[in-house]
Amino acid sequence: MMKVIMGNHALSYGAKLSRVQVIAAYPITPQTQVVELLSEMCANGELDAKFVKVESEHSAMAASIGASAAGARAFTATSAQGLALMHEMIHWAVGARTPIVLGNINRAMGPPWSIWTEQNDSLSERDTGIMQVYCESNQEVQDTVIQSFKVAEKVLLPCMVVLDAFYLSHTYEPVDIPEQSLVDEYLPPFDPPYKLDPDDPHTFGSLTDAKWYYELRYKIEVAMNKARYEWKKANEEFENIFDRGYGLVEDYKCEDADLILITSGTITGTARITVDILREKGKKVGLLKIRVFRPFPIDEVRDILGSAKKVACIDRNISFGHSGIFFAEVKSALYNLSNRPPIWGYIAGLGGRDVTPESIIEIVKRTEESDKPEELIWIGLKR
Amino acid sequence: MSEAKKIDWKGVDDMPEMAVSLSTMRVNKTASWRNLKPIIDYDKCKPCGICWKFCPEPAILLKEDGSPVIDYDYCKGCGICVEECPRKAITMHREER
Amino acid sequence: MRLTIPEEEIMSPGHLACQGCGAALAVRFVLKGLGRNTIMSIPACCCTVIDGPFPYTAYGVPIWHTAFETAASAASGIKAGLDVLGRKETTVLAWAGDGGTFDIGIQALSGAAERGDDMIYVCYDNEAYMNTGIQRSSATPYGAWTTTTPVKHPKNRPKKDIVAIMAAHRISYTATASIGYPEDLIKKVKKAKESEGTKFLHIIAPCPTGWRSRPDDTIKLAKLVVETNIFPLFEVENGEIWKLSKKSKGTPVIDYLKLQGRFRHLKEEDVQTIQMNVDKEYERLLKRCESA
Ligand SMILES: Cc1ncc(C[n+]2csc(CCOP(=O)(O)OP(=O)(O)O)c2C)c(N)n1
Ligand SMILES: [Mg+2]
Repeated sequence: MMKVIMGNHALSYGAKLSRVQVIAAYPITPQTQVVELLSEMCANGELDAKFVKVESEHSAMAASIGASAAGARAFTATSAQGLALMHEMIHWAVGARTPIVLGNINRAMGPPWSIWTEQNDSLSERDTGIMQVYCESNQEVQDTVIQSFKVAEKVLLPCMVVLDAFYLSHTYEPVDIPEQSLVDEYLPPFDPPYKLDPDDPHTFGSLTDAKWYYELRYKIEVAMNKARYEWKKANEEFENIFDRGYGLVEDYKCEDADLILITSGTITGTARITVDILREKGKKVGLLKIRVFRPFPIDEVRDILGSAKKVACIDRNISFGHSGIFFAEVKSALYNLSNRPPIWGYIAGLGGRDVTPESIIEIVKRTEESDKPEELIWIGLKR
Repeated sequence: MSEAKKIDWKGVDDMPEMAVSLSTMRVNKTASWRNLKPIIDYDKCKPCGICWKFCPEPAILLKEDGSPVIDYDYCKGCGICVEECPRKAITMHREER
Repeated sequence: MRLTIPEEEIMSPGHLACQGCGAALAVRFVLKGLGRNTIMSIPACCCTVIDGPFPYTAYGVPIWHTAFETAASAASGIKAGLDVLGRKETTVLAWAGDGGTFDIGIQALSGAAERGDDMIYVCYDNEAYMNTGIQRSSATPYGAWTTTTPVKHPKNRPKKDIVAIMAAHRISYTATASIGYPEDLIKKVKKAKESEGTKFLHIIAPCPTGWRSRPDDTIKLAKLVVETNIFPLFEVENGEIWKLSKKSKGTPVIDYLKLQGRFRHLKEEDVQTIQMNVDKEYERLLKRCESA
């Protein structure tokens, strides 16, 4: 069924189609519609789930983890300050190996207060071990929730589905909402290897000294590596059933490109249009969208960028004192290649500043005109 | 009583995915914590269950007739049973090792 | 001989509690009261350590070790998960120390209680952060030494009235208990199990290590704290009906204080102040019980 819905509702529909059993969430702009629609779905019986109306995001994640440990499929959603408050429990979800799916609306961190998009909130969770997927459209948001449960439950790691504040969360787009029976065919019920069960009592998360903690961390890394493969497989199966799909990355007109742009989130849509404009003018420009950020798609990034003459990475985020975060990640993925392109790093769109085709044309122009890579260029800064 | 198997893995592949318990602390004989050893004088003991009731381990078992037996594998020698026995039937003795 | 508490042991020996640990006894008693169809959520506290290291456990029921401030929120999630899976008969027990309850976990606890999430929340109270080395908490009593309230500046504020706070949530059942009176404690555990929504039990559990008391005095102290009216035993139903569980013996507080190194620095006038405060608080409790 095609429906014109906002990105936040795409998250809710993804959760509903995944037959989530427990939802624990706390409201924050710009995420509120996610939980509003889900509460409504629970209240009118459309969704057979328990909604725990917790008093904070910290509790939202703690409760989601508890529910998952009991054997239920759990979902939560938040943004910015809420995600930061959850931080301790995101580590917990990873260490406990509870495959919760978390919708995060990218929003800038205060102060000063901002409710507009920026990726520093989700990227601050980079090293927790939660998987991260950055979406470009509402369709992709809905579908990614379903895929995330599939992958998360295979590798026993939580997953964060990320979308831009307002540019996606509050923007209405047509979304194909599939039949429940098709989703059921795709996503089997959650069946963890161990759960909290008085008939088979186990203790989880006991004190673990240096004798085995190290090995348990290794297992998380193994799971992340396995997730690379599982994301591909989950996508293939998804394509077979739903006739649409998404890779770990998407490359657009990269084969013959001299200059490849790197984007994530909604900047991708703008960049794709800009690539078309520039191509019409005879410029050999391509685009690499990074969708799955954790696990990082190292092989794809190397394959696609290896042949380019120049790479320009656009970051709606910044690791202060260093560079854009996608930039740093891509650069480190390329470093050990003997033949690697130079890469320019551009900061753009922090705090919801619009990134327009003109911004991207400027990025392409500056990259073309420069012969020495610069790592931290602020696009559109008022001077 | 639940099993108490010692668990020792060779390496990472033998282990479960997460920190999940697979045996009980019965493997951990806490007798070595004990400096003083409680000994029951069965001539004085009129089984009342108080020593059993207040043992924090628990390391006092009850026989069929209700008389207590100290499980010296686990008794840490805290002395609560000595203190609480209403008939003063339990006394502390230096641990001989 | 008739046993006065259930015979079956759910907690196993070999655990890592110090000699004479009141918290270990509290676990043992509460699990006897609840039986095996129980799942426990335990935040950072001594009971994390007592349970033993991975891959072992001592408590005998499923345990969810969770972050310090999340005893209640994790329990809410576990309960919600069990509910949707049709396992409604399992008791969910949130088990936290005084720090995890009075201080860092009070927000999650208040949230769960306000929602009325079905769980028994037990705060075993050893009156300080014992696991991290005896630092003061808001449950530390007036006058007590801890490593962050040194004898030159002992705690100068009274213990937070957590039971009144919980009763003010109008939850179905709130009670105090002492490991010195296991029959009363287990009776309350069973009553909590039969009550609806969120239930709160506040259990005093002496800590020889942190109280600087003799391990063999643990039960004596757990009785004296009640007999002196420092920790009276009572129940509150629906936040309204207050009932005393034990008549006061009115034992002078000094009999209790003198057995503990943490009060050794107190001067006679300090003891008098404590006695006055205790008398005043007890009067207040009696009034609540009468007016109920
Ligand atoms: C967020 C956080 N802050 C601090 C700690 C350190 N910490 C662990 S246990 C503990 C004290 C626990 O005190 P209490 O709840 O009274 O239990 P007890 O150890 O006394 O049994 C502290 C401060 C932690 N684990 N997590
Ligand atoms: Mg404490």
